[in-house]
Amino acid sequence: MPLEPAATGRRRDRGMGRAAMNEILQGLAQAAQLLAGLDADLIEITLLSLRVSVTATLVSALIALPLGAWLAVSRFRARRVVIVVLNALMGLPPVVVGLVVYVIFSRAGPLGVLGLLFTPTAMVIAQVIIVAPIIASIAHQTIRDLWADYHDLLISLNATRAQRIKALLWDGRRALITAALAGFGRAIGEVGAIMVVGGNIDHATRALTTAIALETGKGDFGMALALGFILIALAVAVNLAVHLLSRTERSSRW
Amino acid sequence: MVGAPGIRIEALAIRRGGVPILGPLTLTLAATGLTVIMGPNGSGKTSLLRALHGLERLSGGAVHWPDGTGDPNARQALVFQTPILMRRSVADNIAYPLRLDGVPLAEARARAEAMAAEVGLRGAMARPAQVLSGGERQKMALARALIRAPGVLLLDEPCANLDGRSTTDIEVVLHRARARGTRIILATHDIAQARRLADDVVFLHHGQLIEVGAGAAFFAQPLSPEATAYLKGELLP
Amino acid sequence: MKLPQSLAMAATGLWLAVAAQAEDLKLAVTTSFANSGLAEVLLPAILADTGINVQLLVVGTGQALKLGEAGDVDAVLVHARAAEEAWLAAGNGTHRREIMYNDFVLVGPSGDPAAIKAAPTAVAAMQAIVATEAPFVSRGDDSGTHKAELALWQKAGIRPAGDWYRAVGQGMGAALNTAAGMNAYILSDRASWLNFGNKADLALLFAGDTMMFNQYAYLPVNPVKYPHVKADAVATLEAWLTSDKARALIEGYKVAGEPLFVFNAQPM
Repeated sequence: MPLEPAATGRRRDRGMGRAAMNEILQGLAQAAQLLAGLDADLIEITLLSLRVSVTATLVSALIALPLGAWLAVSRFRARRVVIVVLNALMGLPPVVVGLVVYVIFSRAGPLGVLGLLFTPTAMVIAQVIIVAPIIASIAHQTIRDLWADYHDLLISLNATRAQRIKALLWDGRRALITAALAGFGRAIGEVGAIMVVGGNIDHATRALTTAIALETGKGDFGMALALGFILIALAVAVNLAVHLLSRTERSSRW
Repeated sequence: MVGAPGIRIEALAIRRGGVPILGPLTLTLAATGLTVIMGPNGSGKTSLLRALHGLERLSGGAVHWPDGTGDPNARQALVFQTPILMRRSVADNIAYPLRLDGVPLAEARARAEAMAAEVGLRGAMARPAQVLSGGERQKMALARALIRAPGVLLLDEPCANLDGRSTTDIEVVLHRARARGTRIILATHDIAQARRLADDVVFLHHGQLIEVGAGAAFFAQPLSPEATAYLKGELLP
Repeated sequence: MKLPQSLAMAATGLWLAVAAQAEDLKLAVTTSFANSGLAEVLLPAILADTGINVQLLVVGTGQALKLGEAGDVDAVLVHARAAEEAWLAAGNGTHRREIMYNDFVLVGPSGDPAAIKAAPTAVAAMQAIVATEAPFVSRGDDSGTHKAELALWQKAGIRPAGDWYRAVGQGMGAALNTAAGMNAYILSDRASWLNFGNKADLALLFAGDTMMFNQYAYLPVNPVKYPHVKADAVATLEAWLTSDKARALIEGYKVAGEPLFVFNAQPM
C-alpha cells in the first residue's frame, strides 16, 4: 500500500484537524442522506428500539403505578423499608441490571430453558427492571402529595381503600403520565443493559443506542449520526409531550 | 338538653404526644337543631368537630349517636375550614359522593347541578374547581356535603375567610337544611354569626368544656367568667 | 369476505409461511470477521440457499467460546487455534472445521517512529516498538487477535507494560478507531484493516511473517451437552461454508481490489 508522505509538526496537526472536520461534515452529509431516503436499516433499528422501550414502559407502568399509589395510601410496618428499597433500585446502574439478567437467562443459568437470551424479550425484561422503580417512585411521591390533600376529604366521605386509590390515580393522571414518559425517556436512551442481554444482533436485537455504539466504534459516523438525530428527536418529542401535559394541567380540560 | 335521645359525649379525650388537646369532655347535645361550638383560637373547636366526625383517634371516651348505628360516619358530612378541592370540575367535585355510592355518572352530574343551584353556585359547573373564588369554593364544598342528604352536617368555621355576601348565602343554606331536619354542628369564632344561628352553644377554652346552654340564654347572660369576657370581646389568657 | 379482510388474511398467511421457513441460528463470531464486511456478503446468500437466518453475535474470541460453552449459541467462528483445541478438549463442541485464512498486519503512524517497516521479523518489529516506547493499542479482550499479539510478545521475551501500552478491551473496529485517534501502532487482521473507514494517519507498515498467519475455524456446539442446539441447521451451515459457492463468494470478496481471505476448507 502506498504510504502518505510524513507531514511535519504544526502543518501535520492542522492537516489532521482539517481531516477530522471533514470526517464530521462527511458524516453529517451521509446522515442527511440516510434520513431523507428513509434508509431501511435506519427504520428497522428505530422500530425495534420503539418496540422494546414502549413495551417496557407499558409493562413497567402497569406494575409501578398501582404499586406507587398503594404505597402512598397504605400504612404497614414494612412500608418505609419498601420505599428505601425502591429508591435504591432507582440507582441501579443499567449495565449491572443487564449483567444480572444475562446470568439468569443464559442457558447455563436458572431460567436458561426459556431461551430468552439475545432476544428482544430479554431486552424488555432488563428495561422493565430499570424503569419500573423510577415510575413507582415518581408515582409514589406524586400520589403521596395528592393524598395529603385528599386525605381528610376521602376519609370523611367514607371512601374504601380501592375507591381512594382510584380517585388518586385518576386525579393525578397527568403527573402519572409524566412519570411514565420519564420512564420511557430512560428506556429509549439506555444502552448498557440491552447491549449485554440483546447481543446487538443485526436485524434482531440492534437498537438505536447499541447501533450508535457499534457504528461509532467502527468509525462510521454517517450512520451513527443519523441514528443519533432520531434519538434526539425522540427525546425532544417526549419532553414536548411532558411540557404540553403540564400546560393542560392548568386548564384541566381533560 | 334533655328530651329526645341526644348525642352523648362521654369522657372524650384527645392527647397527642402526652399533651392534652381536648377534654375529658362529658356532655349531651340535643338530637335536633343547630349547635354552635364557640371559643377562642386553640380552644379545641376543630378537634371536637373532627372527633365527633370520627377523623381523630380518641385517647379516651366515646361518642354515642342517637340512631345507634355505631358508625358515626354513616350519615354525616363535614365541611372543612379550608375547602378541599378535588382536581376535577366543579360538577364532578359535587357529584363525587354520589359516585362513591354507585350512582351513574349522568345522574350524579344532574343532581350535582341541582345542588349547586340550591347553594347559589351558578354557571361554573364544567370548569375546574381551582378557578373558583374563596366564597364559591366553600359553597361547592357545602353542596358536596349536602348532596347525600346527611343526617348530621358538621362545619368547621366555614365562613372564616369569606365576605359578607358569601356568608349570608351560606347561612341561608344552613337555615334551609335545619328546617329540613338536618342536625347541624358548627364551629365558629364569629360571635355575631353564632348569635344569628345558634339554638344551643357549647363554649370551650383550652380544650375544656366551660359552659353549655341554650342560645338565647347564653348570649343574654353567660354563666362563666370566660364566656362573659369572650362575649365582651376581651382576649382570654 | 370483503377485500381488505381477504388481503389481510393472505398477507398473514404469507408472513407465517415465510417466518416458518426461515430458521434462526445463533453464531458467535469474532469482531475481526465482522469488521471485514464479509458477513454482509455471506449471510444473504446463506438465507437464500438454505433458509437459515444466521444471527451473528459479534464478540471477542474468548467470549465467543464462553457463549458456546454456556450453550447460548449454536456454533462459533473464531481464529485462535490453541484456545479452540482446549475448548474442544473440554467437551464443548464436536469438531473444528477450517474455513479460510488471512494474516495479521502491523499498522501504525505513517511516520513510523519505531521504524518497523525495515524490521526483518514480526518479533523484531515488536522489540523495536518497545525500545522506542511508541504508543501501542492492544485489543486486551482475550480475542483471537489479542492472543496472536500476546504470542508475539512472548516470542520476543517481552512483558508489555507502561504508559505506551494501551489495552482497550474493544473489538477490532473500535480498537482501530482508538489507534487512529491516538496515532498508535496496532496489530490487526488484514481484512478489518482494509475495510476500516477511519484510517486517519495510520498505514500498513509490516506484514508477511509466518507468525502472523490467521486461520478461521467453524466449531459446532456439542448437541449432546445442549440438546436445544439446532444441530441440523449447524450441519447445513457447515456444508454451505465448505461448498464451492462459499469459496466463490469468499475469494471474490475484495476491498480496494484486494481479496481479504483465502478459502482453505476441505469439502465435506
